[in-house]
This record gives sequence, C-alpha cells and structure tokens, in this order.
Amino acid sequence: MLVKKRGYFGKFGGCFVPEVLVPALKELEEAYFSLRKEESFKKELNYYLKNYAGRPTPLYRARNFSRSLGEVKVYLKREDLLHTGAHKLNNTLGQVLLAKKMGKNRIIAETGAGQHGVATATACALLEIECLIYMGEEDVRRQSLNVLRMKTLGAKVKKVKSGSQTLKDAVNEALRDWVTNVKTTFYVLGSVVGPHPYPVMVREFQAVIGREAKKQIIREEKRMPDYLIACVGGGSNSIGLFHPFFKEKTHFIGVEAGGLGLNTTKHAATLVKGKRGILHGALSYLLQDKNGQIRPTYSIAPGLDYPGVGPELSYYKEIKRAKFVSVTDKEALRGFFLLSKTEGIIPALESAHAIAYAKKISSLLQNKLVIINLSGRGDKDMHIIEKYF
Amino acid sequence: MNRIDKTFLDLKKRGEKALITFISSGDPNPLKSEEIVFTLEKAGANIIELGIPFSDPIADGPTIQSSSQRALSENINIKKVFQMVRRIRKRSEIPLILLTYFNPIYQFSPREFILQAKRAGVDGLIIPDLPPEEAKELQVISDKEELDLILLISPNSSKGRIKIISQLSRGFIYVVSVTGITGARKEVPYPIKKVILRIREFTDKPLCLGFGMSTPEQVKVVKDWVEGIIVGSALIKIIEKNLENQNLLKEIEKFVIKLKRPLSSGNKITGEP
Ligand SMILES: Cc1ncc(COP(=O)(O)O)c(C=O)c1O
Repeated sequence: MLVKKRGYFGKFGGCFVPEVLVPALKELEEAYFSLRKEESFKKELNYYLKNYAGRPTPLYRARNFSRSLGEVKVYLKREDLLHTGAHKLNNTLGQVLLAKKMGKNRIIAETGAGQHGVATATACALLEIECLIYMGEEDVRRQSLNVLRMKTLGAKVKKVKSGSQTLKDAVNEALRDWVTNVKTTFYVLGSVVGPHPYPVMVREFQAVIGREAKKQIIREEKRMPDYLIACVGGGSNSIGLFHPFFKEKTHFIGVEAGGLGLNTTKHAATLVKGKRGILHGALSYLLQDKNGQIRPTYSIAPGLDYPGVGPELSYYKEIKRAKFVSVTDKEALRGFFLLSKTEGIIPALESAHAIAYAKKISSLLQNKLVIINLSGRGDKDMHIIEKYF
Repeated sequence: MNRIDKTFLDLKKRGEKALITFISSGDPNPLKSEEIVFTLEKAGANIIELGIPFSDPIADGPTIQSSSQRALSENINIKKVFQMVRRIRKRSEIPLILLTYFNPIYQFSPREFILQAKRAGVDGLIIPDLPPEEAKELQVISDKEELDLILLISPNSSKGRIKIISQLSRGFIYVVSVTGITGARKEVPYPIKKVILRIREFTDKPLCLGFGMSTPEQVKVVKDWVEGIIVGSALIKIIEKNLENQNLLKEIEKFVIKLKRPLSSGNKITGEP
C-alpha cells in the first residue's frame, strides 16, 4: 500500500502535486534520506559551508542596539556575513550537492528578491552544473541588480509573465518546467515550502543556523536564550534558527510582513491573517479569498512577498510553540535605520522586520536574553530605501 | 448505472471511442460556455469536462492558464458552476465531469462540494494536484455519494503506482500522454503505448488519453490504444481565436466533428442524431 501520512507536520504539509511529480519527489526523498546520513556527503557539505561560505557565522552581542531597547541583551546571528549575503546559501549548497549525487544535469529554481536565485547560481557555478532561474517580470524590474549577479554567475534568468508576475508565479513556472523535464532536472526550492520532502529537507539544511547559535550562546552566556526572533517569508531562516531549540523553554517569535497594514490587502502576513489551504504542493496557511483563489501580496521586503508559508511553521502556530506577528513597512524601515546607525550593520529589509519587532516589544524584553536572526545584509535594498532620504 | 459507465458501454456496443472535451466554465462568459456545452454535444462529444478556474494552475500550459484567467475575470466560482450544471441538466444527459485544483474545493468544504455537485447533476471529478495518497478522505465521500473520482496515471508512474491508481480510479483512468503540462501538441505520443499496455494488465476500466491531443491525425493513431481521447487546449484555442466572432459555435462544431470522425465506427459520421 501507499505510505500513509508521510511528510506531515500535524495536519500540515503533504504532497499535493500532479501524478507526474510524485515519482520525482519519491526519488528525491529516497536520495536525500539516504545521503543525509552518509559521512562523505556530510563531510563535503560541511567543507563547503566552512571554507567556501564562511560558516560558522558569528553570534554577535549587539551592545549599542541593546542599549537602545533598555536593559535587553541582544545577540545577532550574522547570516548576513555568509557568502552572497543571506542564509539562502546554506540550502542551495546542500541541494545542488544532492542534485549532483543524484546524477541530475540541470538545476532550476524560483526567486523573488533574487537572493535565492543568486545563492542557487552561486552553488551551480561552484559545482559546475547548468542553472536556470525563474523570476517574475515585476521582480526582475524591482531587483535588477540581483538579475545581473545571477547572469554574471553564469545562470540563465527566465522572466515569468503569468499571473501577478512575482514569486508565486515564479514557483508555478518552475513547477511546470519540472513537470516537463522531470528526468534530467533538479528543482532547488528556496524555502521550507512546497511538497514533501522540501519542507523537512530545507529545514535540515538551514538548521545549521540554530545548531551554531545554541553552541555559541551557551559558550557566551552559559544558558538558553529567552527569545528567538526571526522574519518569516516562506519560513526557512526562522525554522532554521528555531528548530534546534524546539525542546528548550525559549520563546519563538516569527515576524511577517505587515506591508501597508493588516487592515489593507497590501501585506504578506500569511500566518497572522491567512487561512488553511493548499498551494505549491502543501497544506498550510495561505492568503486567499473566500473562493480559494490566491491573493496577491505586498511587502517592502521582496523576500517576504509570498502568499504561503512553510507547513512546519503552520504547525508551530497550531500547537502554539511559536508566536507569529507582523510589522508594517514603516516599522521595518525604522528598524532598518536603527540597526544601521547603532551597530554599523545594514540589515536586509526582510531581517529588518525582526529587528523592528524587538524594538516594538522592548518593554517585554527587559532583562531578557534575545537572539535575532539577521538573515541577510541590506546592500541589495539600497535602491528601495533611496526614496526615504 | 451512472452516466459515465453507460456512455462507455454504449460506445463499446457501437464500436466507437469516446471524445471527451474540456472547457473552463465561464470562458469567455457564463452564458456562452453553456451554449458551447450544447454545441459540443451536438457535434459529437460524449463527455464534457468543465473546469473550475484556479489562480495558480501548475499543471496547465499558457492556453488553459489564459482561459482560467478569462473565467476568473467573469467572477466564476463553484456555486456558479453548480448553477450552470443544473441548467445544462435540464436539457441534456451528457456526462459532466468537473476539473479543478484542490484548494477551491478545500475552501468550499470537500464534503459539501461532493454533495452539492452530485445533487446538481455532476458525474465525475478530476483534481490534478490530488494524487491518491492525499485523496483518501475525499474518496470515501465520493464513493459514498457515487460521484466518480477520476485519477491520473502519467508516463513515469511506477508499476506499483499504476496498480494502485487503476484500482482506485472510478469511471475511467486518465492517462497523461506525456510528462509535461497541458497544451496542444502535434506529435503522436508513441512511448505512452507501453504504459497503456501495462495499465491493461491491472484493469479493464476504460482508459482515456489526454494532454496534447489536438488533431484528427493524432487521434487516428492513438484511438486503437484507448477507450477515449481528451481534448482541452486545442478546443480552447478555438475559443480564444474567436472571442469576438459571431461564428464561435460554428467553428467549435467544425473542429469537434473533425476530431470525432476517426473515433466513430466505420464511416458513419457522428454528430448526427
Ligand atoms: C535576507 C532574507 N531574509 C529572509 C527571507 C525570507 O525567506 P525565509 O522566510 O524562507 O527565510 C529572504 C528571502 O528572499 C531573504 O532574502
């Protein structure tokens, strides 16, 4: 009989895909679950993570920023210092290495902000494999610098003109490509979304963030943190930080994009405002209308501009293991400038959402030990913040 | 006996193969798509698939994507499709199959969806993003209500999956002709013949071949392999080309008669009463 309920987190997750992808996902599942235990694979991945990408990333005590919050002890997990400037490379190195082991000769990926596209193109250049990135036409316009980076790295970038021409449409097109070229092609998904085994595989590749942070905080503070705060787009940097602390008493806070406000339709606060549904292969929270049509989303942070979220985060919400909140564009911008001025660290607009929320609840955080995941650096966002001077 | 089973039985007696046509409900508008259904029937279609549009149709190529968009801009939703089915049922006994992605059904409530579909006169249901592993709960309801949940087999389905899907599928088995998305193609999908023979080892349910079917020449080659042919994008292309044309229904009729001809027994021209 068919395996039952594999790939579920509580009621969330699953594998809601056309039949043609089921064999491909089974092949991926088998390859991944056997390779992840293999010493040679782990060794090779760790070699690249350390010597190429720059792991471990520092856990930096942000004294100035802490002071601006009162009596709070804030550490920043510096994923912004990872090669290519965001946490995305942890995942793409893992997946592209896996693709090579599986004998695939072609990589495809979707990208919204371009960060995952750049990280995929980077891993493909390093591991010498052909790479095609799908990107919504709207995003190609908004993130032209990252398009140039991808092309420089030798990847092809294909503009997606269907639907809302943003991230969700890029995922649609990547899935359509995969359906068509399923034998030769490996689809490198950029977050903990999609059908099983992606959510669990991407989480495991990103959990290096939390594993390191745990060791580092114990070394520095001899205790577990009270709070972990991370921004949530698809959810990979947040779950990557949270997961190794699952059994601890530490509180988890995931910060979504409130855009122009939750009372408007211009936001991407999926866990805060969404309902359960099925998109891109998984049952999870979704922003949708009453007929089950997916809603267009909006955020100043292109990496958070997605109507879905990883099923494991939906599960964390359901069992109340994490709290999910949102901050608006305006608040995120304030966080962006605050961290830049107090610490000399320009965060990605995505990460600025986590910073802003810490500031927002600073009265609650007094005398607490907090780790914020600084998921990326803000160089890519300069043209967006240009108009705020 | 339900309408789908009866149709395949009757066709078999006459030595004919089924022509199954797909349109999006509400494309180009709700009234017109009802007229299109009657035109399809008159021209020789044996089963009608009505799409309920979804914003993110990952198994569909550009033609059906645009068709879904046109239908969505006509504010089509599940309730309206049920109303449409009820109106069609007043004038026709042709088997009607709904096709949509799982999320609209999930939002509507799967149980309610099946109950109301059945009551409106729907005979079958195809959900391209609901493989058998995820279809179990729905299948319990659809079996109870005797609405056929039709499952798909694709060229890369393993022998084990073929066996299970053949057992679980009701009405007929939807054989996807190529690994790919929907869209009119000219080639004959020769490699699928092997898959079809393999499916036959496990079942004597009707097999219908879809994805890419578009020309009488193709149909002539593949018709002996299966019990029916499913045509979507090629038909929708005709709708797309004639959106403003008074002769839309005439064009559709001509196309369907041509496709049906090779599926009919002997030289008898179908489409005539
Ligand atoms: C810097 C940065 N942080 C966060 C995200 C959001 O993704 P996730 O929630 O999967 O970490 C992105 C996505 O592009 C990003 O570039």
